[in-house]
Amino acid sequence: MTDATLSNTSALASQYRTLKLRRARRAGLLKHIFLIITSLIMIYPLLWMLSSSLKPENQIFGDLSLWPATFEWENYWQGWNALPVSFTTFFWNSTVVTVLSVIGNVISCSFAAYAFARLEFSGKTIWFALMMMTLMIPYHVVLIPQYLLFLQLGWVDTYLPLIVPRFLAGDAFFIFLMIQFFRQLPRELDEAAMIDGCSPFKIYWAIIMPLSLPAMATAAIFSFIWTWEDFLGPLVYLNDMKDYTVPLALRMFVSQDSVSQYGPMFAMSILSILPIILFFVVFQRLIIRGIAMSGLK
Amino acid sequence: MEKFFRRNFAGYAFLAPWLIGFFLLALGPIVASLYLSFTKYNIVRPPQWIGLDNYFYMFQFDDRFKKALQVTFTFVVISVPAKLIFALAVAMALDKGVRAIGWYRALFYLPSILGGSIAVAILWRQLFDYNGVINAVVRWFGIDGPYWLSDPRYSLWTLIVLAAWQFGSPMLIFLAGLRAIPNDLYEAAEIDAAGPVRKFFAITVPLLAPVIFFNLVLQMIEAFKSFSGAFVISGGAGAPLDSLLFFTVYLYNEAFQFLRMGYASALAWVLLLIIALFTAIAFWTSKYWVHYENERG
Repeated sequence: MTDATLSNTSALASQYRTLKLRRARRAGLLKHIFLIITSLIMIYPLLWMLSSSLKPENQIFGDLSLWPATFEWENYWQGWNALPVSFTTFFWNSTVVTVLSVIGNVISCSFAAYAFARLEFSGKTIWFALMMMTLMIPYHVVLIPQYLLFLQLGWVDTYLPLIVPRFLAGDAFFIFLMIQFFRQLPRELDEAAMIDGCSPFKIYWAIIMPLSLPAMATAAIFSFIWTWEDFLGPLVYLNDMKDYTVPLALRMFVSQDSVSQYGPMFAMSILSILPIILFFVVFQRLIIRGIAMSGLK
Repeated sequence: MEKFFRRNFAGYAFLAPWLIGFFLLALGPIVASLYLSFTKYNIVRPPQWIGLDNYFYMFQFDDRFKKALQVTFTFVVISVPAKLIFALAVAMALDKGVRAIGWYRALFYLPSILGGSIAVAILWRQLFDYNGVINAVVRWFGIDGPYWLSDPRYSLWTLIVLAAWQFGSPMLIFLAGLRAIPNDLYEAAEIDAAGPVRKFFAITVPLLAPVIFFNLVLQMIEAFKSFSGAFVISGGAGAPLDSLLFFTVYLYNEAFQFLRMGYASALAWVLLLIIALFTAIAFWTSKYWVHYENERG
Protein backbone atom coordinates (compact mmCIF):
# COMPACT_ATOMS: atom_id res chain seq x y z
CA MET A 1 0.00 0.00 0.00
CA THR A 2 1.46 3.36 -0.97
CA ASP A 3 1.49 6.56 1.03
CA ALA A 4 -0.80 8.16 -1.52
CA THR A 5 -3.68 5.72 -0.99
CA LEU A 6 -3.24 5.92 2.77
CA SER A 7 -3.55 9.70 2.87
CA ASN A 8 -6.43 9.38 0.45
CA THR A 9 -8.36 7.12 2.81
CA SER A 10 -7.66 9.28 5.82
CA ALA A 11 -8.88 12.32 3.90
CA LEU A 12 -12.02 10.45 3.02
CA ALA A 13 -12.49 9.43 6.63
CA SER A 14 -12.13 12.97 7.92
CA GLN A 15 -14.49 14.18 5.23
CA TYR A 16 -17.01 11.60 6.34
CA ARG A 17 -16.58 12.66 9.95
CA THR A 18 -17.20 16.35 9.26
CA LEU A 19 -20.21 15.47 7.16
CA LYS A 20 -21.61 13.35 9.97
CA LEU A 21 -20.93 16.08 12.52
CA ARG A 22 -22.66 18.68 10.39
CA ARG A 23 -25.66 16.43 9.90
CA ALA A 24 -25.81 15.71 13.63
CA ARG A 25 -25.68 19.44 14.36
CA ARG A 26 -28.52 20.17 11.96
CA ALA A 27 -30.59 17.33 13.42
CA GLY A 28 -29.83 18.66 16.91
CA LEU A 29 -31.06 22.11 15.96
CA LEU A 30 -34.28 20.73 14.48
CA LYS A 31 -34.78 18.65 17.59
CA HIS A 32 -34.39 21.68 19.82
CA ILE A 33 -36.86 23.70 17.78
CA PHE A 34 -39.34 20.83 17.96
CA LEU A 35 -38.88 20.50 21.71
CA ILE A 36 -39.15 24.20 22.42
CA ILE A 37 -42.32 24.62 20.34
CA THR A 38 -43.97 21.53 21.81
CA SER A 39 -43.17 22.47 25.39
CA LEU A 40 -44.54 25.98 24.80
CA ILE A 41 -47.79 24.53 23.44
CA MET A 42 -47.96 22.12 26.36
CA ILE A 43 -47.48 24.75 29.01
CA TYR A 44 -49.45 27.54 27.35
CA PRO A 45 -52.92 26.53 28.66
CA LEU A 46 -51.64 26.58 32.24
CA LEU A 47 -49.99 29.96 31.82
CA TRP A 48 -53.13 31.27 30.15
CA MET A 49 -55.17 30.15 33.14
CA LEU A 50 -52.73 31.89 35.48
CA SER A 51 -52.91 35.15 33.55
CA SER A 52 -56.70 34.92 33.16
CA SER A 53 -56.99 34.61 36.91
CA LEU A 54 -55.58 38.14 37.07
CA LYS A 55 -57.49 39.71 34.17
CA PRO A 56 -60.69 41.71 34.42
CA GLU A 57 -63.81 39.88 33.21
CA ASN A 58 -64.05 41.49 29.76
CA GLN A 59 -60.45 40.66 28.84
CA ILE A 60 -60.54 36.91 29.40
CA PHE A 61 -62.32 35.42 26.41
CA GLY A 62 -60.43 35.01 23.19
CA ASP A 63 -57.53 36.99 24.59
CA LEU A 64 -54.37 35.05 23.86
CA SER A 65 -51.91 37.28 25.65
CA LEU A 66 -50.25 35.95 28.76
CA TRP A 67 -49.65 39.33 30.36
CA PRO A 68 -52.72 41.00 31.91
CA ALA A 69 -53.08 44.67 30.96
CA THR A 70 -54.14 45.40 34.52
CA PHE A 71 -53.69 43.13 37.47
CA GLU A 72 -57.01 42.29 39.00
CA TRP A 73 -55.94 40.83 42.37
CA GLU A 74 -59.50 41.35 43.45
CA ASN A 75 -60.38 38.13 41.55
CA TYR A 76 -58.72 36.03 44.24
CA TRP A 77 -60.59 37.74 47.04
CA GLN A 78 -63.89 37.46 45.16
CA GLY A 79 -63.33 33.83 44.23
CA TRP A 80 -62.46 32.92 47.80
CA ASN A 81 -65.87 34.16 48.90
CA ALA A 82 -67.90 33.53 45.74
CA LEU A 83 -69.78 30.50 47.06
CA PRO A 84 -72.11 30.46 50.08
CA VAL A 85 -69.30 28.73 52.00
CA SER A 86 -65.84 30.28 51.89
CA PHE A 87 -62.85 28.51 50.38
CA THR A 88 -61.19 28.51 53.80
CA THR A 89 -63.55 25.65 54.65
CA PHE A 90 -62.95 23.80 51.38
CA PHE A 91 -59.19 23.98 51.70
CA TRP A 92 -59.37 22.88 55.31
CA ASN A 93 -61.60 19.91 54.35
CA SER A 94 -59.27 18.90 51.53
CA THR A 95 -56.28 19.17 53.84
CA VAL A 96 -57.88 16.95 56.50
CA VAL A 97 -58.88 14.27 53.99
CA THR A 98 -55.55 14.37 52.18
CA VAL A 99 -53.28 14.34 55.24
CA LEU A 100 -55.15 11.44 56.84
CA SER A 101 -55.24 9.53 53.55
CA VAL A 102 -51.50 9.93 53.06
CA ILE A 103 -50.76 8.73 56.59
CA GLY A 104 -53.12 5.79 56.18
CA ASN A 105 -51.66 4.79 52.85
CA VAL A 106 -48.05 4.91 53.97
CA ILE A 107 -48.65 2.93 57.17
CA SER A 108 -51.00 0.25 55.88
CA CYS A 109 -49.30 -0.26 52.52
CA SER A 110 -45.84 -0.49 54.07
CA PHE A 111 -47.20 -3.10 56.51
CA ALA A 112 -48.54 -5.23 53.69
CA ALA A 113 -45.44 -4.71 51.57
CA TYR A 114 -43.21 -5.74 54.48
CA ALA A 115 -45.20 -8.93 54.96
CA PHE A 116 -45.02 -9.78 51.26
CA ALA A 117 -41.37 -8.84 50.76
CA ARG A 118 -39.78 -10.04 53.99
CA LEU A 119 -41.90 -12.44 56.04
CA GLU A 120 -42.69 -16.10 55.45
CA PHE A 121 -46.20 -17.36 56.11
CA SER A 122 -48.48 -19.95 54.61
CA GLY A 123 -50.75 -18.78 51.81
CA LYS A 124 -48.44 -15.93 50.88
CA THR A 125 -48.41 -16.71 47.13
CA ILE A 126 -52.19 -16.78 46.94
CA TRP A 127 -52.60 -13.50 48.78
CA PHE A 128 -49.95 -11.93 46.62
CA ALA A 129 -51.72 -13.02 43.44
CA LEU A 130 -55.02 -11.66 44.78
CA MET A 131 -53.35 -8.38 45.69
CA MET A 132 -52.00 -8.01 42.16
CA MET A 133 -55.46 -8.77 40.76
CA THR A 134 -57.02 -5.92 42.69
CA LEU A 135 -54.70 -3.62 40.72
CA MET A 136 -56.76 -4.39 37.63
CA ILE A 137 -60.27 -4.05 39.04
CA PRO A 138 -61.85 -0.77 37.95
CA TYR A 139 -63.06 1.32 40.88
CA HIS A 140 -66.52 1.50 39.33
CA VAL A 141 -67.18 -2.17 39.99
CA VAL A 142 -66.74 -1.84 43.75
CA LEU A 143 -68.14 1.68 43.97
CA ILE A 144 -71.83 0.79 44.34
CA PRO A 145 -71.48 -1.98 46.97
CA GLN A 146 -68.98 0.14 48.89
CA TYR A 147 -71.47 3.00 48.85
CA LEU A 148 -74.24 0.72 50.12
CA LEU A 149 -71.94 -0.57 52.87
CA PHE A 150 -71.01 2.94 54.03
CA LEU A 151 -74.65 3.96 53.80
CA GLN A 152 -75.55 1.11 56.17
CA LEU A 153 -72.82 2.22 58.55
CA GLY A 154 -74.14 5.79 58.46
CA TRP A 155 -70.87 7.08 57.07
CA VAL A 156 -72.27 8.93 54.05
CA ASP A 157 -71.76 12.70 54.47
CA THR A 158 -68.69 12.09 56.60
CA TYR A 159 -65.05 11.76 55.56
CA LEU A 160 -64.83 8.18 56.81
CA PRO A 161 -65.53 6.53 53.40
CA LEU A 162 -62.69 8.59 51.95
CA ILE A 163 -60.22 7.94 54.77
CA VAL A 164 -60.84 4.51 56.31
CA PRO A 165 -60.12 2.54 53.09
CA ARG A 166 -56.71 4.23 53.01
CA PHE A 167 -55.89 2.69 56.39
CA LEU A 168 -56.83 -0.72 54.96
CA ALA A 169 -54.21 -0.64 52.21
CA GLY A 170 -56.81 0.00 49.51
CA ASP A 171 -54.25 1.11 46.92
CA ALA A 172 -52.44 -2.01 45.77
CA PHE A 173 -50.31 0.20 43.55
CA PHE A 174 -48.44 1.54 46.58
CA ILE A 175 -47.95 -1.95 48.03
CA PHE A 176 -46.44 -3.01 44.73
CA LEU A 177 -44.13 0.02 44.62
CA MET A 178 -42.91 -0.61 48.16
CA ILE A 179 -42.36 -4.34 47.60
CA GLN A 180 -40.13 -3.48 44.65
CA PHE A 181 -38.11 -1.22 46.90
CA PHE A 182 -37.94 -3.51 49.95
CA ARG A 183 -36.62 -6.34 47.80
CA GLN A 184 -33.56 -4.31 46.96
CA LEU A 185 -32.52 -4.00 50.61
CA PRO A 186 -29.96 -6.65 51.68
CA ARG A 187 -31.55 -9.51 53.60
CA GLU A 188 -28.46 -9.84 55.81
CA LEU A 189 -29.69 -6.80 57.73
CA ASP A 190 -32.88 -8.58 58.80
CA GLU A 191 -31.00 -11.77 59.60
CA ALA A 192 -28.41 -10.00 61.74
CA ALA A 193 -31.16 -8.15 63.58
CA MET A 194 -33.08 -11.38 64.09
CA ILE A 195 -30.00 -13.04 65.63
CA ASP A 196 -29.73 -10.08 67.96
CA GLY A 197 -33.29 -10.88 69.06
CA CYS A 198 -35.24 -8.19 67.21
CA SER A 199 -38.94 -8.85 66.67
CA PRO A 200 -40.33 -8.53 63.12
CA PHE A 201 -41.96 -5.26 64.14
CA LYS A 202 -38.64 -3.91 65.41
CA ILE A 203 -36.99 -4.90 62.12
CA TYR A 204 -39.75 -3.14 60.19
CA TRP A 205 -39.54 -0.02 62.30
CA ALA A 206 -35.79 0.29 62.94
CA ILE A 207 -34.31 -1.15 59.75
CA ILE A 208 -36.70 -1.33 56.80
CA MET A 209 -38.49 1.98 57.28
CA PRO A 210 -35.43 4.20 57.79
CA LEU A 211 -33.79 2.67 54.72
CA SER A 212 -36.92 3.08 52.60
CA LEU A 213 -37.51 6.79 53.01
CA PRO A 214 -37.35 7.45 49.24
CA ALA A 215 -40.02 4.82 48.58
CA MET A 216 -42.19 6.12 51.42
CA ALA A 217 -41.80 9.67 50.13
CA THR A 218 -42.75 8.60 46.61
CA ALA A 219 -45.86 6.82 47.88
CA ALA A 220 -46.74 9.80 50.07
CA ILE A 221 -46.38 12.25 47.17
CA PHE A 222 -48.52 10.25 44.76
CA SER A 223 -51.05 9.59 47.46
CA PHE A 224 -51.16 13.32 48.19
CA ILE A 225 -51.66 14.28 44.56
CA TRP A 226 -54.35 11.69 43.82
CA THR A 227 -56.31 12.38 46.99
CA TRP A 228 -56.10 16.12 46.52
CA GLU A 229 -57.42 15.82 42.96
CA ASP A 230 -59.93 13.06 43.71
CA PHE A 231 -63.36 13.97 42.42
CA LEU A 232 -65.49 10.83 42.17
CA GLY A 233 -65.09 9.82 45.84
CA PRO A 234 -66.15 13.19 47.30
CA LEU A 235 -68.84 13.52 44.63
CA VAL A 236 -70.46 10.28 45.75
CA TYR A 237 -70.06 10.65 49.51
CA LEU A 238 -70.36 14.36 50.29
CA ASN A 239 -73.66 16.17 49.74
CA ASP A 240 -73.47 19.08 52.15
CA MET A 241 -71.63 22.09 50.79
CA LYS A 242 -69.84 22.79 54.05
CA ASP A 243 -68.23 19.34 53.77
CA TYR A 244 -67.06 19.84 50.17
CA THR A 245 -63.45 19.37 49.20
CA VAL A 246 -61.83 21.84 46.81
CA PRO A 247 -62.58 19.93 43.55
CA LEU A 248 -66.30 19.72 44.41
CA ALA A 249 -66.36 23.41 45.25
CA LEU A 250 -64.65 24.29 41.98
CA ARG A 251 -67.30 22.41 40.09
CA MET A 252 -69.94 24.69 41.63
CA PHE A 253 -68.50 27.51 39.53
CA VAL A 254 -69.30 25.54 36.39
CA SER A 255 -72.81 24.57 37.44
CA GLN A 256 -73.79 28.15 38.23
CA ASP A 257 -73.60 29.20 34.63
CA SER A 258 -75.79 32.23 35.09
CA VAL A 259 -73.18 34.11 37.07
CA SER A 260 -70.32 35.27 34.89
CA GLN A 261 -67.34 35.22 37.16
CA TYR A 262 -64.58 33.70 35.11
CA GLY A 263 -61.74 35.64 36.72
CA PRO A 264 -62.56 34.44 40.25
CA MET A 265 -63.17 30.93 38.92
CA PHE A 266 -59.70 30.79 37.39
CA ALA A 267 -58.22 32.31 40.52
CA MET A 268 -59.61 29.46 42.61
CA SER A 269 -58.58 26.92 39.99
CA ILE A 270 -55.02 28.19 40.22
CA LEU A 271 -55.07 28.02 44.01
CA SER A 272 -56.44 24.49 43.86
CA ILE A 273 -53.53 23.19 41.79
CA LEU A 274 -50.91 25.28 43.55
CA PRO A 275 -50.11 22.65 46.24
CA ILE A 276 -49.63 20.03 43.53
CA ILE A 277 -47.34 22.25 41.50
CA LEU A 278 -45.30 23.06 44.61
CA PHE A 279 -44.99 19.37 45.44
CA PHE A 280 -44.02 18.64 41.88
CA VAL A 281 -41.33 21.31 41.83
CA VAL A 282 -39.83 20.15 45.12
CA PHE A 283 -40.08 16.40 44.61
CA GLN A 284 -39.73 16.22 40.83
CA ARG A 285 -36.88 13.71 40.97
CA LEU A 286 -38.72 11.27 43.23
CA ILE A 287 -41.89 11.52 41.16
CA ILE A 288 -40.16 10.85 37.86
CA ARG A 289 -38.15 7.95 39.28
CA GLY A 290 -41.32 6.55 40.83
CA ILE A 291 -43.01 6.40 37.42
CA ALA A 292 -40.03 4.82 35.72
CA MET A 293 -39.88 2.24 38.53
CA SER A 294 -43.53 1.29 38.69
CA GLY A 295 -44.79 2.37 35.31
CA LEU A 296 -48.10 3.73 36.52
CA LYS A 297 -50.05 6.96 35.96
CA MET B 1 -50.11 -26.31 66.20
CA GLU B 2 -48.40 -23.76 68.37
CA LYS B 3 -45.41 -23.84 66.08
CA PHE B 4 -47.64 -23.23 63.07
CA PHE B 5 -49.21 -20.30 64.88
CA ARG B 6 -45.87 -18.79 65.81
CA ARG B 7 -44.48 -19.16 62.31
CA ASN B 8 -47.42 -17.40 60.69
CA PHE B 9 -48.27 -14.86 63.34
CA ALA B 10 -45.98 -12.01 62.25
CA GLY B 11 -46.89 -12.32 58.58
CA TYR B 12 -50.63 -12.22 59.17
CA ALA B 13 -50.30 -9.45 61.75
CA PHE B 14 -48.64 -7.21 59.20
CA LEU B 15 -51.05 -8.30 56.50
CA ALA B 16 -54.13 -7.75 58.69
CA PRO B 17 -55.09 -4.25 57.49
CA TRP B 18 -54.83 -5.31 53.88
CA LEU B 19 -56.75 -8.54 54.51
CA ILE B 20 -59.63 -6.68 56.15
CA GLY B 21 -59.64 -4.19 53.30
CA PHE B 22 -59.47 -6.95 50.73
CA PHE B 23 -62.52 -8.78 52.05
CA LEU B 24 -64.63 -5.74 52.97
CA LEU B 25 -63.74 -3.33 50.19
CA ALA B 26 -62.64 -5.49 47.24
CA LEU B 27 -63.76 -9.11 47.22
CA GLY B 28 -67.04 -8.56 49.08
CA PRO B 29 -68.10 -5.65 46.87
CA ILE B 30 -67.18 -7.54 43.70
CA VAL B 31 -69.40 -10.45 44.69
CA ALA B 32 -72.14 -8.09 45.88
CA SER B 33 -71.94 -6.16 42.65
CA LEU B 34 -72.41 -9.35 40.64
CA TYR B 35 -75.42 -10.27 42.77
CA LEU B 36 -76.94 -6.78 42.47
CA SER B 37 -76.55 -6.89 38.70
CA PHE B 38 -79.25 -9.62 38.70
CA THR B 39 -81.65 -7.52 40.75
CA LYS B 40 -83.78 -4.44 40.67
CA TYR B 41 -82.69 -2.23 43.54
CA ASN B 42 -83.36 1.38 44.41
CA ILE B 43 -82.03 1.43 48.01
CA VAL B 44 -85.50 2.18 49.44
CA ARG B 45 -86.93 -1.29 48.80
CA PRO B 46 -84.89 -4.50 49.20
CA PRO B 47 -83.25 -5.94 46.07
CA GLN B 48 -85.62 -7.91 43.90
CA TRP B 49 -84.21 -10.82 41.86
CA ILE B 50 -84.92 -10.42 38.15
CA GLY B 51 -82.35 -12.80 36.68
CA LEU B 52 -80.72 -11.62 33.47
CA ASP B 53 -83.32 -8.92 32.76
CA ASN B 54 -80.88 -6.06 33.34
CA TYR B 55 -78.53 -7.49 30.73
CA PHE B 56 -81.33 -8.27 28.26
CA TYR B 57 -82.70 -4.77 28.58
CA MET B 58 -79.23 -3.26 28.20
CA PHE B 59 -78.39 -5.03 24.97
CA GLN B 60 -81.84 -4.98 23.41
CA PHE B 61 -83.52 -1.72 24.29
CA ASP B 62 -81.14 0.68 25.98
CA ASP B 63 -80.09 3.22 23.37
CA ARG B 64 -78.12 5.27 25.89
CA PHE B 65 -76.06 2.19 26.71
CA LYS B 66 -75.23 1.77 23.03
CA LYS B 67 -74.42 5.45 22.76
CA ALA B 68 -72.17 5.22 25.83
CA LEU B 69 -70.33 2.26 24.31
CA GLN B 70 -69.90 4.09 21.03
CA VAL B 71 -68.60 7.26 22.70
CA THR B 72 -66.21 5.37 24.94
CA PHE B 73 -64.84 3.17 22.14
CA THR B 74 -64.33 6.17 19.88
CA PHE B 75 -62.52 7.94 22.66
CA VAL B 76 -60.26 4.96 23.42
CA VAL B 77 -59.51 4.15 19.79
CA ILE B 78 -58.46 7.71 18.93
CA SER B 79 -56.99 9.07 22.15
CA VAL B 80 -54.76 6.15 23.10
CA PRO B 81 -52.79 5.88 19.84
CA ALA B 82 -52.59 9.69 19.60
CA LYS B 83 -51.18 9.88 23.11
CA LEU B 84 -48.67 7.07 22.52
CA ILE B 85 -47.44 8.44 19.19
CA PHE B 86 -46.97 11.85 20.73
CA ALA B 87 -45.24 10.37 23.77
CA LEU B 88 -42.87 8.35 21.60
CA ALA B 89 -42.03 11.30 19.34
CA VAL B 90 -41.15 13.51 22.30
CA ALA B 91 -39.25 10.70 24.05
CA MET B 92 -37.16 10.15 20.93
CA ALA B 93 -36.38 13.84 20.69
CA LEU B 94 -35.32 13.83 24.33
CA ASP B 95 -33.22 10.68 24.04
CA LYS B 96 -29.44 10.82 23.58
CA GLY B 97 -28.45 13.76 25.66
CA VAL B 98 -30.39 16.92 25.00
CA ARG B 99 -29.25 19.91 27.01
CA ALA B 100 -31.60 20.81 29.89
CA ILE B 101 -33.34 17.45 29.61
CA GLY B 102 -34.53 17.75 33.20
CA TRP B 103 -36.45 20.92 32.37
CA TYR B 104 -38.12 19.44 29.34
CA ARG B 105 -39.04 16.29 31.21
CA ALA B 106 -40.63 18.30 33.99
CA LEU B 107 -42.51 20.58 31.59
CA PHE B 108 -43.84 17.66 29.58
CA TYR B 109 -44.85 15.76 32.66
CA LEU B 110 -46.60 18.63 34.44
CA PRO B 111 -49.88 18.34 32.45
CA SER B 112 -50.14 14.65 33.34
CA ILE B 113 -49.97 15.37 37.01
CA LEU B 114 -52.59 18.11 36.77
CA GLY B 115 -54.72 16.51 34.06
CA GLY B 116 -57.13 14.74 36.38
CA SER B 117 -57.94 17.86 38.35
CA ILE B 118 -61.19 19.76 38.10
CA ALA B 119 -59.21 22.95 37.57
CA VAL B 120 -57.96 21.63 34.24
CA ALA B 121 -61.43 20.43 33.21
CA ILE B 122 -62.72 23.95 33.89
CA LEU B 123 -59.83 25.43 31.94
CA TRP B 124 -60.64 23.13 29.02
CA ARG B 125 -64.24 24.31 28.91
CA GLN B 126 -63.06 27.87 28.50
CA LEU B 127 -60.31 27.10 25.97
CA PHE B 128 -62.83 25.35 23.71
CA ASP B 129 -65.61 27.85 24.18
CA TYR B 130 -66.87 29.41 20.94
CA ASN B 131 -65.24 32.67 22.00
CA GLY B 132 -62.28 30.89 23.52
CA VAL B 133 -58.60 30.63 22.83
CA ILE B 134 -58.73 27.70 20.39
CA ASN B 135 -61.12 29.49 18.06
CA ALA B 136 -59.06 32.67 18.35
CA VAL B 137 -56.08 30.71 16.99
CA VAL B 138 -58.23 29.07 14.32
CA ARG B 139 -59.40 32.52 13.23
CA TRP B 140 -55.82 33.48 12.33
CA PHE B 141 -56.17 31.05 9.47
CA GLY B 142 -59.40 32.68 8.43
CA ILE B 143 -61.59 29.84 9.63
CA ASP B 144 -64.64 30.35 11.79
CA GLY B 145 -64.24 27.69 14.46
CA PRO B 146 -67.15 25.48 15.49
CA TYR B 147 -69.05 25.40 18.75
CA TRP B 148 -66.72 22.77 20.16
CA LEU B 149 -68.67 22.15 23.33
CA SER B 150 -72.26 22.36 22.21
CA ASP B 151 -71.96 20.70 18.79
CA PRO B 152 -72.13 16.91 19.22
CA ARG B 153 -69.95 16.44 16.14
CA TYR B 154 -66.99 18.12 17.80
CA SER B 155 -67.43 17.80 21.55
CA LEU B 156 -65.56 14.50 21.88
CA TRP B 157 -62.48 16.09 20.33
CA THR B 158 -62.08 18.39 23.30
CA LEU B 159 -61.63 15.34 25.52
CA ILE B 160 -59.36 13.58 23.06
CA VAL B 161 -57.10 16.63 23.02
CA LEU B 162 -57.25 16.73 26.82
CA ALA B 163 -56.15 13.09 26.98
CA ALA B 164 -53.36 13.53 24.43
CA TRP B 165 -52.11 16.58 26.34
CA GLN B 166 -51.34 14.25 29.25
CA PHE B 167 -48.76 12.15 27.47
CA GLY B 168 -46.20 12.57 30.27
CA SER B 169 -46.12 9.17 31.90
CA PRO B 170 -45.95 7.02 28.75
CA MET B 171 -43.23 9.44 27.61
CA LEU B 172 -41.17 8.80 30.73
CA ILE B 173 -41.57 5.06 30.30
CA PHE B 174 -40.60 5.27 26.61
CA LEU B 175 -37.57 7.31 27.60
CA ALA B 176 -36.41 4.60 30.00
CA GLY B 177 -37.00 2.01 27.24
CA LEU B 178 -35.04 3.97 24.63
CA ARG B 179 -32.08 4.26 26.97
CA ALA B 180 -31.87 0.48 27.06
CA ILE B 181 -31.37 0.17 23.27
CA PRO B 182 -27.63 -0.20 22.63
CA ASN B 183 -26.13 2.53 20.49
CA ASP B 184 -23.99 0.12 18.43
CA LEU B 185 -27.11 -1.09 16.66
CA TYR B 186 -27.76 2.37 15.27
CA GLU B 187 -24.09 2.80 14.35
CA ALA B 188 -24.05 -0.53 12.55
CA ALA B 189 -27.20 0.46 10.67
CA GLU B 190 -25.60 3.76 9.70
CA ILE B 191 -22.61 1.97 8.21
CA ASP B 192 -25.08 -0.03 6.17
CA ALA B 193 -26.49 3.33 5.03
CA ALA B 194 -29.86 2.98 6.71
CA GLY B 195 -31.88 6.20 6.80
CA PRO B 196 -33.73 7.49 9.89
CA VAL B 197 -37.03 5.91 8.81
CA ARG B 198 -35.41 2.53 8.27
CA LYS B 199 -33.61 2.77 11.61
CA PHE B 200 -36.87 3.61 13.34
CA PHE B 201 -38.79 0.65 11.93
CA ALA B 202 -35.94 -1.86 11.93
CA ILE B 203 -34.37 -1.10 15.31
CA THR B 204 -36.40 1.24 17.53
CA VAL B 205 -39.85 -0.27 17.07
CA PRO B 206 -38.95 -3.96 17.47
CA LEU B 207 -36.68 -3.37 20.45
CA LEU B 208 -39.17 -1.05 22.08
CA ALA B 209 -42.14 -3.36 21.43
CA PRO B 210 -42.43 -4.62 25.04
CA VAL B 211 -42.53 -1.03 26.32
CA ILE B 212 -45.02 0.02 23.64
CA PHE B 213 -47.19 -2.93 24.60
CA PHE B 214 -46.99 -2.07 28.30
CA ASN B 215 -47.96 1.55 27.65
CA LEU B 216 -50.74 0.50 25.31
CA VAL B 217 -52.41 -1.79 27.84
CA LEU B 218 -52.04 0.69 30.67
CA GLN B 219 -53.34 3.68 28.74
CA MET B 220 -56.21 1.68 27.29
CA ILE B 221 -57.41 0.70 30.77
CA GLU B 222 -57.02 4.30 31.96
CA ALA B 223 -58.99 5.57 28.96
CA PHE B 224 -61.88 3.18 29.60
CA LYS B 225 -62.04 4.35 33.20
CA SER B 226 -61.68 8.10 32.64
CA PHE B 227 -64.43 10.05 34.32
CA SER B 228 -63.91 13.48 35.84
CA GLY B 229 -62.96 15.35 32.66
CA ALA B 230 -65.99 14.02 30.78
CA PHE B 231 -68.22 14.57 33.79
CA VAL B 232 -67.32 18.22 34.28
CA ILE B 233 -67.06 19.17 30.61
CA SER B 234 -70.38 17.51 29.78
CA GLY B 235 -72.14 19.17 32.69
CA GLY B 236 -72.51 15.87 34.53
CA ALA B 237 -74.90 14.13 32.16
CA GLY B 238 -73.05 13.54 28.89
CA ALA B 239 -74.43 16.58 27.07
CA PRO B 240 -74.63 17.74 24.26
CA LEU B 241 -76.99 15.07 22.91
CA ASP B 242 -75.15 12.34 24.83
CA SER B 243 -72.07 12.93 22.68
CA LEU B 244 -69.93 12.92 25.85
CA LEU B 245 -71.79 10.11 27.54
CA PHE B 246 -68.75 8.14 28.68
CA PHE B 247 -69.53 4.72 30.05
CA THR B 248 -68.45 5.80 33.53
CA VAL B 249 -70.61 8.93 33.34
CA TYR B 250 -73.64 6.85 32.35
CA LEU B 251 -72.91 4.43 35.19
CA TYR B 252 -72.66 7.26 37.70
CA ASN B 253 -75.94 8.75 36.52
CA GLU B 254 -77.82 5.47 36.66
CA ALA B 255 -76.52 4.72 40.15
CA PHE B 256 -76.55 8.06 41.90
CA GLN B 257 -78.99 10.22 39.96
CA PHE B 258 -81.71 7.67 39.23
CA LEU B 259 -80.81 5.25 42.05
CA ARG B 260 -80.98 2.25 39.71
CA MET B 261 -78.34 0.41 41.70
CA GLY B 262 -79.06 -3.01 40.17
CA TYR B 263 -78.85 -1.77 36.61
CA ALA B 264 -75.74 0.30 37.37
CA SER B 265 -74.08 -2.80 38.84
CA ALA B 266 -74.79 -4.65 35.61
CA LEU B 267 -73.19 -1.74 33.73
CA ALA B 268 -70.16 -1.96 36.01
CA TRP B 269 -69.79 -5.65 35.24
CA VAL B 270 -70.03 -5.00 31.53
CA LEU B 271 -67.28 -2.39 31.90
CA LEU B 272 -65.13 -4.88 33.81
CA LEU B 273 -65.65 -7.51 31.10
CA ILE B 274 -64.92 -5.05 28.30
CA ILE B 275 -61.65 -4.02 29.93
CA ALA B 276 -60.74 -7.68 30.54
CA LEU B 277 -61.61 -8.54 26.93
CA PHE B 278 -59.52 -5.72 25.47
CA THR B 279 -56.58 -6.58 27.71
CA ALA B 280 -56.86 -10.21 26.68
CA ILE B 281 -56.95 -9.24 22.99
CA ALA B 282 -53.88 -7.06 23.49
CA PHE B 283 -52.03 -9.93 25.16
CA TRP B 284 -53.12 -12.36 22.47
CA THR B 285 -51.99 -10.19 19.56
CA SER B 286 -48.77 -9.35 21.38
CA LYS B 287 -47.49 -12.83 20.50
CA TYR B 288 -47.13 -11.61 16.94
CA TRP B 289 -45.47 -8.27 17.46
CA VAL B 290 -43.83 -8.21 20.87
CA HIS B 291 -40.66 -10.21 21.40
CA TYR B 292 -38.77 -10.12 24.63
CA GLU B 293 -35.00 -9.94 24.69
CA ASN B 294 -34.49 -13.14 26.71
CA GLU B 295 -36.80 -15.19 24.46
CA ARG B 296 -34.46 -15.16 21.54
CA GLY B 297 -31.80 -17.17 23.32
